[in-house]
Amino acid sequence: MSNDIAERVKKIVVEHLGVDDAKVTETASFIDDLGADSLDTVELVMAFEEEFGCEIPDDAAEKIVTVKDAIDFIQEHS
Amino acid sequence: MTEPQPLMAGKRGLVMGVANDRSIAWGIAKAVHEQGAELAFTYQGEALEKRVRPLAESVGSDQVIACDVTDDASIDAVFTQIEKSWGQLDFLVHAIAYADKEELKGKYLATSRDNFLRSLDISCYSLTAISQRAVPLMKDGGSILTLTYYGAERVMPHYNVMGVAKAALEASVRYLAADLGDQRIRVNAISAGPIKTLAASGIGDFRHILKWNELNSPLRQNVSIDQVGGAGLYLLSNLSTGVTGEVHHVDSGYHVVGMMSVDAAPQLAELLKNFTPQS
Repeated sequence: MSNDIAERVKKIVVEHLGVDDAKVTETASFIDDLGADSLDTVELVMAFEEEFGCEIPDDAAEKIVTVKDAIDFIQEHS
Repeated sequence: MTEPQPLMAGKRGLVMGVANDRSIAWGIAKAVHEQGAELAFTYQGEALEKRVRPLAESVGSDQVIACDVTDDASIDAVFTQIEKSWGQLDFLVHAIAYADKEELKGKYLATSRDNFLRSLDISCYSLTAISQRAVPLMKDGGSILTLTYYGAERVMPHYNVMGVAKAALEASVRYLAADLGDQRIRVNAISAGPIKTLAASGIGDFRHILKWNELNSPLRQNVSIDQVGGAGLYLLSNLSTGVTGEVHHVDSGYHVVGMMSVDAAPQLAELLKNFTPQS
């Protein structure tokens, strides 16, 4: 189940940022490693909320810097 | 029998304020494009250009122009370019607003002078500023459409200075409609129900606002950008040549309701039980 969340998160990141899936490792930072801009991070959070039916409040969203941060948050809240 | 012409055949319009494919302005752009309209777009800043350009291309538009509505010279440049490429304009979509995110929570009372002026400038005055430049190009009449929200009419939590700006925007629609009627230029607003857009991501407790609207509106649903697009098509096309100065609600009827829905009481109770305000 948890692998499934990780895979779904990675798939969203690959599709949204148009990056190679090999680059989307758990430690990859959206902005520093994957070339996201500040709007991408907001759009990614919205896409995660939609996919997983959860709410990611602003203060939590600000702490989601890497792919792993997103997976961890969603695992705890869905 | 000849085939009926698409509703927007031969019409050219400028759409200001698409951010991405969730934008309400994009819903309107798609709807008028499907009916044959030719489109130009403006964007503000590089991050938005990156998003708007591919969307514009997908509806066959190569006119994607930078515009900062706080800068008169920038607005002038947009309309100079439109005049050069098209010579005239049939419609204009204004979907632009701004408020400091920090003041889209807590109390309206805390609004600073700087944020008030900037929010009113970008969210309200910009409609007047762009109308001034668009009007000379609307040689065969035209339609100007802006977007508002029920928070202009009634108090919505967290909407704060945007509510005040939208109230001023709705009043601008009425004054502009009166000023421009003799040139057969119509000015209307769509008051859309809450939709999860990039701009809405700045509004606190938005998920609860969506759920509340869904459960309490007569149609028991939230509206989509395509539903707003359909209403936009009506107001931008010749279907609505008798309509101006109007604030048209596309909100599943939420604005007619006086109290929470009795039918939805169990779901509302559940919603309220789990509700912890963000601020």
